[in-house]
Amino acid sequence: MNRRPTFLLTVLCFGFAFLYVPIVSMMVFSFNSSRLATIWGGFSTKWYGKLLENDQILAAAKLSVEIALISATLSTILGTMAGIALARFRRFRGRMMLSGMVTSPLIMPDVITGISLLIFFIMLKEYTGWPAQRGFTTVTLAHISISLTYVTTVIQSRLSQADLSIEEAAMDLGSRPWQVMKDITLPIIAPAILSGWLLAFTISLDDVVVTSFATGPGTTTLPILIWSKVKLGVTPDINALATIIVAVVAVAVLVTGIAVNRAERRRDRDARLAYQANE
Amino acid sequence: MDSGIKGAPLAAATASGAAGGAPFIRIEDVSKSFGSFQAVRNVSLQITKGEIFALLGGSGCGKTTLLRMLAGFETPTSGRIFIDGQDMTGIPAYERPVNMMFQSYALFPHMSVEKNIGYGLKHDRMTDAQRKDRVREMLDLVQLTPFAHRKPHQISGGQRQRVALARALARQPKLLLLDEPLAALDKKLREHTQFELTNIQHKTGVTFVVVTHDQEEAMILSDRMAVMDKGRVMQVGSPTDIYEFPDSRFVAGFIGSITFFEARVRSVSGATALVEVPAMQTCVTARAVPGLAEGALVTLALRPEKITLSRARPEAANAFSGVVHDLGYFGKDSLYKIALPDGTTVSVNSVNARRSGESGRVAVWEDAVWLSFEPDAAILLTA
Repeated sequence: MNRRPTFLLTVLCFGFAFLYVPIVSMMVFSFNSSRLATIWGGFSTKWYGKLLENDQILAAAKLSVEIALISATLSTILGTMAGIALARFRRFRGRMMLSGMVTSPLIMPDVITGISLLIFFIMLKEYTGWPAQRGFTTVTLAHISISLTYVTTVIQSRLSQADLSIEEAAMDLGSRPWQVMKDITLPIIAPAILSGWLLAFTISLDDVVVTSFATGPGTTTLPILIWSKVKLGVTPDINALATIIVAVVAVAVLVTGIAVNRAERRRDRDARLAYQANE
Repeated sequence: MDSGIKGAPLAAATASGAAGGAPFIRIEDVSKSFGSFQAVRNVSLQITKGEIFALLGGSGCGKTTLLRMLAGFETPTSGRIFIDGQDMTGIPAYERPVNMMFQSYALFPHMSVEKNIGYGLKHDRMTDAQRKDRVREMLDLVQLTPFAHRKPHQISGGQRQRVALARALARQPKLLLLDEPLAALDKKLREHTQFELTNIQHKTGVTFVVVTHDQEEAMILSDRMAVMDKGRVMQVGSPTDIYEFPDSRFVAGFIGSITFFEARVRSVSGATALVEVPAMQTCVTARAVPGLAEGALVTLALRPEKITLSRARPEAANAFSGVVHDLGYFGKDSLYKIALPDGTTVSVNSVNARRSGESGRVAVWEDAVWLSFEPDAAILLTA
């Protein structure tokens, strides 16, 4: 009877090792004083210092964050609207098509999305003269189009779980549709909007493939920069940069996780107290 | 919107019960189809001001659709609805003088009890002080003042139900719709809440329309009710009318338990009719109903509590015999299943008025017994 836990534990260890050993080794080597990425030359934090002096990397990081902020915000607005339409208006002309079109990018290979966006931007320029040059605008638009799918799906699934009669109740109490949206629907889906935004933000922040098609001269996002640097060989400063990114993401995930957990526990406790006090 | 429902204090609301002559709510030949499915078929109803009217029926009978058409969430495919003389066609839910208490209560989870109750008032032209007074008044009405600042998930199921009621009543609607108001409560709480609902209706004088699938709930709550089946209204009447004088097999069978017998009319004389019942191997007299013709096939229906059981042949005119097939002891009464010679099984309730235990039973398994009933107790059904 002892065999199964041992087996499970082994599988678990392998799984975790598979996921985290590469990341940990990268983090370890970011503290390597040697220039060679694979040979240990003693502990050092000099690559972190070098990173801060590297204007190219800092500029790329700033650009990436800007694009991520703008594209995440816009795709959250559009995705929320699409999600509400799909979840709430059960029957309208073109519902099936909209639903299919919104979710198909989930299974579309990035390369194809990238090529089609590139062709679209070129055509657009030909006929309207805008955007004059591929760069910030086109990358942002491309990111919106890939993250929109995710936001829409998140919002739609949250809404389909929510009790439709809550909105009807608000309307019954005299609220017009836009007031229902403002007072009831949006507050209820606020957590989904937030997580949709975070998802869109991270998708934008780490995209390489689609960005490489949509970008133009002078617009180098962080992932593109790392990608082009790595092509010339892995250097310890890239390790340092990646370690910082992993640390930031880990902290963010941890903080949200703890906050959500705490809110849930408080809710449960309140509900329990209410029942104890009244039944 | 009519100014009558705005701002007036609760005390000014019409006194209950005073049923006026003209119908307050008129449903005229309303039908509703969803695609090829006809949910409501040609329903016409008139509801009086200040009454509790129940729509009773099984699931899918169209009662909820009818309620949602009153609220304005669904539009009738044909027919019209009038509330207080005003045609509701084309008037959206948010402009109707109607509020609804949802089956799921549909409380706003992100608002406190107080905010939930006050939500509808923000659309009414009144000062903040008036609004606060009104909320306090409603909290008081449903006895939830100590819980004003709690969120819906911090109160119990029964309290949530009262919040939903207070919220729906806060705007002083002309009509309050209640969708299965007691379905989510446990048995003990239901009994208490039933009387509380009636009480609140009397205090406020608001007209209630209650949708329910529970016959007991409809009987206890309502002044009048409509029994629905497959989108149609089968019968409208007071609980007594519906129980004692059903006019169709469906209504008779839907409310309470009952045994049906095939019968043939022998003669009709004034208030009584003589019918031949093959299963009883005799002729019995029953209260006559309109539409009886000599020689016609009808149904005779008997409720279990209207039949008297005895060992010896009784004096009563309507008597027939059978054998005890099964019996169940429920404390306050016993239920007998009596098999008649032709195989029909009749249910009979016998109240255990004396404290006698097993030995005091009228009959036990396999005993031959006599059953009798008053002519008034038998229900003749032509439909």
